[in-house]
Amino acid sequence: MSGHIASPKAYYLVFLALIVGTGLTYAAALVDFGFFNNVVMLTIAVAKAALVILIFMGVRWSSRLTWVVAASGFVWLLILFGITMSDYFSRGWMVGSLR
Amino acid sequence: MSNGYSHSEHFPGPIHNPPLIGGEARKGHGEHGHHPKLQHHFDDMDQQLEASTLGMWVFLVTEIMFFGGLFMAYLMYRWANPTAFQEASAHLNKAWGGVNTVVLIVSSLTMAMAVRSAQTSAKPKTQVLWLVATMFFGTVFLGVKVVEYTDKFTHHLVPGPHFQWTGQYPAGAEIFYSLYFCMTGLHAVHMIIGLGMMTVIAIMAWRGKFDADYYTPVEVSGLYWHFVDIVWIFLFPLLYLIGAHYGAGH
Repeated sequence: MSGHIASPKAYYLVFLALIVGTGLTYAAALVDFGFFNNVVMLTIAVAKAALVILIFMGVRWSSRLTWVVAASGFVWLLILFGITMSDYFSRGWMVGSLR
Repeated sequence: MSNGYSHSEHFPGPIHNPPLIGGEARKGHGEHGHHPKLQHHFDDMDQQLEASTLGMWVFLVTEIMFFGGLFMAYLMYRWANPTAFQEASAHLNKAWGGVNTVVLIVSSLTMAMAVRSAQTSAKPKTQVLWLVATMFFGTVFLGVKVVEYTDKFTHHLVPGPHFQWTGQYPAGAEIFYSLYFCMTGLHAVHMIIGLGMMTVIAIMAWRGKFDADYYTPVEVSGLYWHFVDIVWIFLFPLLYLIGAHYGAGH
């Protein structure tokens, strides 16, 4: 069969990048960036997820149709977050921590 | 009679799609000159693999939305209770969460290598070794989870009548721990299902079912395993790391 076979080197490099990413996430959490702690950790998480999807799950070598289907999941997720939060942002419900 | 689809109704005979097991099926299909694992509704092995991969991705999209609902709840409640979530998160053990993240990443590597060993027609023993390694690290992950959950139970951090919180935001902390148990619990259930799948795949690999021509089951269950890893990649920082600076002035 003609499915793409990645080299072990590619897998080990991705593994290394994921471990480094985890270390960076941990280290960044120890530094106080205020709100930007969230930006930093989510950026690293998205990069790690992209590596897993593209290399470990092999989407990089999959058909265009697989690309579209895989991406659609995240598009719907953003629609869910976007529309729900736009409602909460614009109404001012539940602001302030529950005690 | 003109639709062209009904000929099988008019010529009942041996079904042209016998169970594809063992040498019998191979002999029966020999005259067609194709792989015994090729189902009749596919043109060739490539199309079959592609269809299975695509089908798994469609399932994973529903899984993204399944977990997505919980991530949505997390986003909304954290937005409403930012300080309470920091205070609650500070009580989780960052080291355990970090160790488990590394353990899952290792299991993803061994999973990728398991798929590769099937793709390259490695010996059944090699394939099984990678799969068992994957299951080992999956089990270590669940073991750490057991330690953590036990700790939460003994410290009354499980939402419900026995929840106790000495900090400033007991109500917000209870919401955080509800989400913690729902999200990590659903994730753990997926891990347990994954271990079950890997058991089946490892037995199939042991029996020499997979080679360069046919490795679809390994490939497809690998996709599932990696997906569960991705969920944890997001859960770790969002649950364990947001409280590091609680009380540092904001």
